[in-house]
Amino acid sequence: MNQVLLLLGHIGAVARLTGRTFSEMLKPPYEFPLLVDQMDQAGLGSWSIAVLTALFTGAVMAIQFAVGLEPYGASLYTGKLVSLGIVKELGPTLTAVLVGGRVGAGFTAEIGSMNVTEQVDAISALGADPVRKLVVPRVLACLVMLPLLTLLADFVGLFGGMLVTMDEVGITWRFYVDQVIDTIDVGDLMHGLSKSLFFGYFISIIGCYVGLNTRGGTEGVGQATTRTVVAISITVLVSNFMLTKLFFTLAGG
Amino acid sequence: MATPVQPTFEEPRGAASGAPPIITFRGVNKAFGKNHIYENLDLDVYRGEVLTILGGSGMGKSVTLKMLIRLLEVDSGSVTAFGEEVTTMSGKQLLGLRRRIAMLFQGAALFDSLNVAQNIRYPLIEHNWGTRGEQDKRVTEVLEMVGMPGIEKLRPSELSGGMKKRVGLARSIAVQPEVILYDEPTTGLDPLNVRRINGLILRLQEQLGVTSVVVTHDMDSCMTVSDRIAFLYERRMSFVGTLAEAKAAEFPPLEEFLQGGRGTLDDDAAALLAEEGVNA
Repeated sequence: MNQVLLLLGHIGAVARLTGRTFSEMLKPPYEFPLLVDQMDQAGLGSWSIAVLTALFTGAVMAIQFAVGLEPYGASLYTGKLVSLGIVKELGPTLTAVLVGGRVGAGFTAEIGSMNVTEQVDAISALGADPVRKLVVPRVLACLVMLPLLTLLADFVGLFGGMLVTMDEVGITWRFYVDQVIDTIDVGDLMHGLSKSLFFGYFISIIGCYVGLNTRGGTEGVGQATTRTVVAISITVLVSNFMLTKLFFTLAGG
Repeated sequence: MATPVQPTFEEPRGAASGAPPIITFRGVNKAFGKNHIYENLDLDVYRGEVLTILGGSGMGKSVTLKMLIRLLEVDSGSVTAFGEEVTTMSGKQLLGLRRRIAMLFQGAALFDSLNVAQNIRYPLIEHNWGTRGEQDKRVTEVLEMVGMPGIEKLRPSELSGGMKKRVGLARSIAVQPEVILYDEPTTGLDPLNVRRINGLILRLQEQLGVTSVVVTHDMDSCMTVSDRIAFLYERRMSFVGTLAEAKAAEFPPLEEFLQGGRGTLDDDAAALLAEEGVNA
């Protein structure tokens, strides 16, 4: 019971932080250098893990479908299944879990250490607002970069799937590409990318929130970082189900 | 140094001037969870004085400083600065307050991601202080003031503890505050740096007329810099008075504190030595 109350308390506090973040986000002057810095660190710094994960996820899906569909003589449809799976589910979700682990933990560690060394207090004392200086650029960076990384992961995942499908099923790349284009429409792509926008928000706000509430010196920072990774992974996976359900409902499907 | 040295105070300053206090705490209560650290705390700070807050570790001395610039909220009670209520200030008023009252944090709290010059320019930018050129000039000026010219390009990680404190102080005085809050300014420093910091506190008071509130448990530093002492004991300022009054006060917890435990330590050491002598 206590744990439930604690969780509700955190959710309420995250909601308040969200409110402040978005209202500060709209007010000039805009801190472009801070934003660019975060986009570089969080986004560009994560492309390699996003690409690597997507490549092998696409490949392994292709193997499973190619082999699994063979008894039914349906191996030729591998491309269709791989492309739907990647673009709507695994592209956004796996990218969010992996990038979230990296980026969110980084946010918590950085803001958490600033907090325990009173640098966050110093920001206030020197006449600035920690939410503007620390949270806004990170949330914005993730809102922009996560969909972009997901788009990249989608393409690389489809490519990985193609290589394996060509080998396992013996189709040409042209046949595979036609199949993908045939299967995926803009709606499917947007379905995945919209989810990644929400994931970007969850990753950044959780990373910042836990960082701002870090106590207890360097040991506290370590514990906080672990908590962030767990919280982000769970939030992404649980919200993925809810968002998917919501999008299907909205689309009338 | 470029700034001419002019004695600012011709007349008695601080509490002796008869002027009303510039900072007041009235009936302040504060608790962290079940841990009540202040009950009905009162305190006055007068313009131009150095007031030292003494008290044991973990009693929440620095909480007073943080409440004054709203880094922490009071649970109840009133805090005023320059005649205005701090606890209900709007964001804009708070910005103005934080320009007039600066704080030197215990670990200096320099931003690791910025170099020394960028650290010092930070409050100047936030308070729209002068042009870029004037800001650069001010950075050089305050670094000279704390006796560390020419280190603009260094990163905080390249500085020693004492240097960090002085850069932190340079950053605090950059926007020319009227009050500076020092949180354990000499803790963890070597004797030379302790003397430097004490000297800086006094110089800022004498040359610039800055009011200082110092939180410390370093008795030597307290004796050197203080005009008045406030002793935090049993969740309130149990004793407030001048240095001379404090020395004469018949209040055992304060007496013990002012002696810095020296008497007992010496006794302990003597006992220990005697024991060792016997054993040898």
